[in-house]
Amino acid sequence: MYAAIVFLPLLGFLIAGPFGWRIGPRPSEIVTTSLSFVSALLSWIVFIQIALGTAPATVSLIGNWFTSGALKVDWSLRIDTLTAVMLVVVGTVSSLTHLYSIGYMSDDPSRPRFFSYLSLFTFAMLTLVTADNLVQMFFGWEGVGLLSYLLIGFWYEKPQANAAAIKAFVVNRVGDFGFALGIFLVFFLTNSVGFDQIFAAAPGLAHKTVHVFGLDMDAMTITCLLLFMGAMGKSAQFLLHTWLPDAMEGPTPVSALIHAATMVTAGVFMVARLSPLFEQAPAALSFVTIIGATTAFFAATIALVQPDIKKVIAYSTCSQLGYMFVGLGVGGYSLGIFHLFTHAFFKGLLFLGAGSVIIAMHHEQDMRNMGGLWKRIPFTLAMMTIGFLSLMGFPFTAGYYSKDAIIEAAFASDRAGAFYGYVLTAAAAGLTAFYSWRVVFLTFFGAPRWATAGPGSGHDHAAHGHEGHTLDPRESPLTMLIPLGVLAIGALFAGVVFSHDFIGKGWDGFWKGALYLGSDNHILEAREDIPAFARRLPTLMMAFGSLVAVLFYVLAPSIPQRLAQITRPLYEFLLNKWYFDELYDMIFVRPAFWLGSLFWKGGDGAIIDRLGPDGVAAWVVDVTGRAVKLQSGYIYHYAFAMLAGLAAVITWYVATGVR
Amino acid sequence: MTISLAQFLIVAAILFTLGVAGVILNRKNIIVVLMSVELILLSVNLNLVAFSAFLGDLTGQVFALFILTVAAAEAAIGLAILVAYYRNRGSIAVDDINMMKG
Repeated sequence: MYAAIVFLPLLGFLIAGPFGWRIGPRPSEIVTTSLSFVSALLSWIVFIQIALGTAPATVSLIGNWFTSGALKVDWSLRIDTLTAVMLVVVGTVSSLTHLYSIGYMSDDPSRPRFFSYLSLFTFAMLTLVTADNLVQMFFGWEGVGLLSYLLIGFWYEKPQANAAAIKAFVVNRVGDFGFALGIFLVFFLTNSVGFDQIFAAAPGLAHKTVHVFGLDMDAMTITCLLLFMGAMGKSAQFLLHTWLPDAMEGPTPVSALIHAATMVTAGVFMVARLSPLFEQAPAALSFVTIIGATTAFFAATIALVQPDIKKVIAYSTCSQLGYMFVGLGVGGYSLGIFHLFTHAFFKGLLFLGAGSVIIAMHHEQDMRNMGGLWKRIPFTLAMMTIGFLSLMGFPFTAGYYSKDAIIEAAFASDRAGAFYGYVLTAAAAGLTAFYSWRVVFLTFFGAPRWATAGPGSGHDHAAHGHEGHTLDPRESPLTMLIPLGVLAIGALFAGVVFSHDFIGKGWDGFWKGALYLGSDNHILEAREDIPAFARRLPTLMMAFGSLVAVLFYVLAPSIPQRLAQITRPLYEFLLNKWYFDELYDMIFVRPAFWLGSLFWKGGDGAIIDRLGPDGVAAWVVDVTGRAVKLQSGYIYHYAFAMLAGLAAVITWYVATGVR
Repeated sequence: MTISLAQFLIVAAILFTLGVAGVILNRKNIIVVLMSVELILLSVNLNLVAFSAFLGDLTGQVFALFILTVAAAEAAIGLAILVAYYRNRGSIAVDDINMMKG
């Protein structure tokens, strides 16, 4: 059964990928979608058996991948509670996204390609979460990276989509470089890449030093920092976050599946999976906290002013990933995973809802051209409101349980950087509420600005063949609304139902040792007894942010513009995303281009080509040109040459004597 | 008066030189080239017959007859090509025949 969960999506890809053009779009959709639903159903069965039931965690071997000296790498499926949680997240969101895409992509000519990519992505992600060794995990890790590239650039006729895809791929390489170095270091220290062996060796490695970069450093700290670098790239954390907002160029279901619910959470999963290593490296955990908190706050500030509905949600994802890392960083691995779990539901819901809005608006994404849609698409409004309530942590929704738990844990923890994490995550909670309501009010309420906005206001009508339509927003087809409803149930109730097991008293019986906590790590108990004001602060911040949003966008709609004018530098700073793209362009991109053209024009063109192939070719042409001139075509020239040659030979014989 | 071998050879050498000069120096007519080639062949025949007579060996004279036959055949083929060429190109001037020019 475990193998079926992982390989059914691969089967879907093998049918819809190479043969999609022959069997046609509709059968491709049906095959991939039904296979992913079977996979999701089996995932829930595994979750019930392993996590909620008493079935033991297993590692089932599929076969040997390669053996080289001491390095032995197997294909195997590690099924424990952590994997079961991830299987449920990936399976559920993936199958619902497949279903949703049938409606969303219905006018796209290359649907078989799209669905085969989706299925292959699901396979890669499932390989990642079921991996039993670092190399297999790296396989899945790179697989999802590749499919992310292919799906961001799915509409490859759009130059921005190609640029975004390349950017995502390149920025992820930076992180993966660190991840790969981390794997090498783990192998160097433990002589193995299998999880069981690594975890068994980890306690003995604490306080050991290793000589790297010319310095003696704490082995576990440097290993965990390198591994976390991979997580920073994949999960779009501060400094390596720039690819995620650009990735919104891809189709919206892709954003929901890959850039909200599953792939970007791979970093969180990886840190949780390697919790035995990170527990031995408190300094690395503090770094995780600080990066996470910075991301949570910084991404939330950018989300305040972005005009594109998908960009807002993308930065929100970035910010929520920061929360998860704060949860991990203070030692509450289950807090991070719990937030991952609830976040998959409400953020998947938000993206799919945004997709529904975008379809209704005929591929318009700019909220300044929306407004007043509540009458036209009430179901989408209801579902997105549920998603936003859960996102901002409205009491008793899923986000309330998972997000507030992280903020509380940050307060309770006495690790370095935890208080910094507490302050920034609590502040970000207020910002989250503000930008959530801003999206709701701008999109669904107020005057319908789409009625007056002319064509050509920044969106690509022509690319989708809607030219000449008068805009008439309608509710999306049923295949798109069902996934919204299912995810909304998760966004509302995942917290109430599962918080006891994930992070509450049922912690031990639920995780069954899948997450490792050091003997002095009592964060889950400490979280329970923190002062009342610290507990209420996130909710108060949420309420405050909501009130400000109501004031700005309902009671006095002129305030935002005036505020933007008064604080223009700050506004510009946020609108331009803290100028990170410009900064990176200056520091990395342009020097790289300069160096590239130096090697291209200088090294390659002027030296290698001129002296090598081009030089030899020119010389040959030169010589043959002269040889060609000898061929006059006149018979008497040839006859004379023959005579002269004959005379010369005879003369030579006569002069030297015939022997 | 007996004619010495050297005298025969001198005549043959003169004929040969005339033939070669005819091939190389002639700029007008391809038929002249063919005729010059015949001249070269005849000079060689003369050598063969002279040596045959002086050495008392008939083989040389038999060989000369073979050469005459082959030369006749060659002339026939050469003239046939020439006619075909003239039909195609409208000219048999040597200076016009340089299609092999590189």
